[in-house]
Amino acid sequence: MLLRLFLSISILIISTQAHARLEILITEGVNSARPIAVIPFKWLGDGKKPKNFAEIIANDLRSSGQFSPISLDKMPKTPSNSQNIDYALWHKIGVEAIVMGEVKPSPKAGKYTITYELLDVVTGNMGMPEYSPIMEKRRSTVKSKQLRQFSHRISDVVYEKLTGDRGAFLTRLAYVAVDRKSSHPYQLRISDYDGYGEKLVLRSKQPIMSPSWSPDGRKLAYVSFEKKRSQIYIQDLYTQKRELMTSFPKINGAPNWSPDGKQLALVLSKDGQPEIYVLNTTTKALKRITRNRVIDTEPSWSPDGKSLIFSSERGGRPQIYQVELTSGKTKRLTWEGEMNLGGTITPDGDSLVLVSRHNGNYKISVQDLDSGELRTLTKTQLDESPSIAPNGSMIIYSTVYQGNKGLALVSMDGRFKANIPAKNGDVKSPAWSPFLN
Amino acid sequence: MNLSTISKSLLIALPMLALGACSSNSDSDADSTETSKKAATEEVAEAGADNTVETDVIEAVELTEEEQLVQEYTWAILETTINFEFDKSTIAPRFAKILDAHAKFLTDNPEKSLTIEGHADEKGTPEYNIALGERRGNSVSTYLENMGVAASQLSVVSYGEEKPVNLGHDAAAHAENRRAELTY
Repeated sequence: MLLRLFLSISILIISTQAHARLEILITEGVNSARPIAVIPFKWLGDGKKPKNFAEIIANDLRSSGQFSPISLDKMPKTPSNSQNIDYALWHKIGVEAIVMGEVKPSPKAGKYTITYELLDVVTGNMGMPEYSPIMEKRRSTVKSKQLRQFSHRISDVVYEKLTGDRGAFLTRLAYVAVDRKSSHPYQLRISDYDGYGEKLVLRSKQPIMSPSWSPDGRKLAYVSFEKKRSQIYIQDLYTQKRELMTSFPKINGAPNWSPDGKQLALVLSKDGQPEIYVLNTTTKALKRITRNRVIDTEPSWSPDGKSLIFSSERGGRPQIYQVELTSGKTKRLTWEGEMNLGGTITPDGDSLVLVSRHNGNYKISVQDLDSGELRTLTKTQLDESPSIAPNGSMIIYSTVYQGNKGLALVSMDGRFKANIPAKNGDVKSPAWSPFLN
Repeated sequence: MNLSTISKSLLIALPMLALGACSSNSDSDADSTETSKKAATEEVAEAGADNTVETDVIEAVELTEEEQLVQEYTWAILETTINFEFDKSTIAPRFAKILDAHAKFLTDNPEKSLTIEGHADEKGTPEYNIALGERRGNSVSTYLENMGVAASQLSVVSYGEEKPVNLGHDAAAHAENRRAELTY
C-alpha cells in the first residue's frame, strides 16, 4: 500500500531549498509600539560578518506589532556590550531597551560564538547600583547554518523579557501555493514564520487543502485530490514518509490534530451529509461525533482537548458550535452576523477566532467567550482560513487584496496589520506551526 | 471576455470529444457503412462485365459525433455546466433541458458513467465550500436519478473553491465558479 503511494506519478516530494517567496509588508502599525534599539552585532573575526543578526531581530520585533526598532542613523552610538553605556543618550531619544551583541568565530570549524545582552534603559538611566539594567546576558556557540534560527531565538528571549509572553519567532507556516503555470500547480509548502527558508513539501496536479500541524511540529495532515477524489494523508516533514489516513467515498476533509497528537478530528460524508469524526491515527479507530441532516464541518480542538469547535447549518445559516467529546453535549457559540465559519479557540482558551459575514463581506473576527462580544479585525472582504500563532499574539489568514489571493497577518487586537503577498500565483490555507523549541 | 468565451467553448468541446470517443454506437455505425461500400463495389465489378451501364460509389453524408449526439439528444447534450445561485444547490429551471438530455443519454447507454464535479465560489471558508460543492453535486445526481438514471452510473466529487474557471474576484467571476460540471 505504502509502496504504491510512493510510486504515484502525479506526485513528487521534493526537499530542495527554494528561495524566500513570501515577505511581510506592514500595512498598519501601532502608535503605541515601544521604541527599542537593536544595535548591529559586532563581528570580532576576519572577513565578512556571517549574518545580519540585528536586522533579523529588529524585523521580528517590528512584525510583532509591539515594538518599533529605531533606525541605525538615529542611534547615538553603536556599542556591542554593556560596559560604559551612557544610558542618558538613549533615554533622551525615548528608547526603552537596547539589544546588542558580539559574534566571533569559534575554535571549532563552521561554528560561531555569539554573546548578546538586553538592557533596560529606564533602570540604567536611574543609575541605582542595587538595580541592574542588564535584563539578560547569554552566550552560545552556534553552527553557521543555525544562525538565522538563533537570531529568532534571541528575538524570543527579548520579546518574553519585555512583554511577559512567550515569543513565536521560531515557528513555521504551512500553506498551499497555486502556480497555474507549473506542471504540478498545487503545492504544499512550509517556510519560517517570516517567509524565509521556503521549502516544498508536496506538489500535485490536483488540489491540496487544509494543512494541519501535529503538536510536535514534525508532521502535517492534509487533504489531497491526487486520485481525483479527496483523501486525508499524514506526511512526516523530516522523513518525507506519507501515510494514507482516510479514503472513504465522498468527502474526506478538514483534518485537525488533537493537542495530544494521537487523533485527528475530520469530516466525512460517507453516511450522507458531512459529519464530524475523530480518528485515532495509530489504530485508525473512527468515532462519529455529529449526527445531523445538515452540513457540519471545520472541526478544531479546544486547547484542553476535551471538546471540538465546528461549523454547522443546524440553525439555518452556518454558525459555530462546541461539542463536549465525553458527553456529546453541544452548544451554539455565535449569534451575531449573517454567518460564522472557521472557528478556533485561542491558546489561552478565552476567545474564539473566526470568519464572520457582515453585509456580504467575510472578515476575520474575534469573539470573547465570556461576554460573547464580537470584534471585527480586518478591512478586507474575502478573508478565510484563520490560524493563530502558538503564543496567541497574531492571526495569519488568507484574503484577496489588489486582485490577488495571498496571506496576511493581523494582531489579536486588530491594530497591527501586514500583508504577505505571493510573488506568483495564489497562496492560501495558512497553518501556523506550534512552538518548535 | 475573450478568454472566458474560449474557456467556455473548451469546457463544452473537451468533454464531448471524450463522450464521442467512448461511444460504441458510432463505431458500429462506421462498420456498417464499410460493409455496404464493399457490396456496392462488387456490383460495379459485375456490371462492368457487360459494359453497357456503369455505376459509381456515392459516399453517405456523415454526421460528426457531436451532430449525431445532438440529433439524438438535442443541443443540450453538449452543455456540461450547471450554475447555481449563491449558497444554493437548487437546480434552476433553465438547466432542466441539459440534465434531461444527459439523463436520456445515460439511460440509453447504461454502460456509461458520469462524474459530477461540484464547485463553489471563493466566498466563505474552503472547508465549508467543499460541503457546499458536494451538495450541488448531490442535487444534480438526485435529479438524474429521478429521471431514471441508475445510481451506479453516477458519482459526485466536490472540489469546493479549489478549481475556479474564472480567476477573477468579482460577482461575475463568483457566479461563473458556482457550478456543477458533468464529465464522462
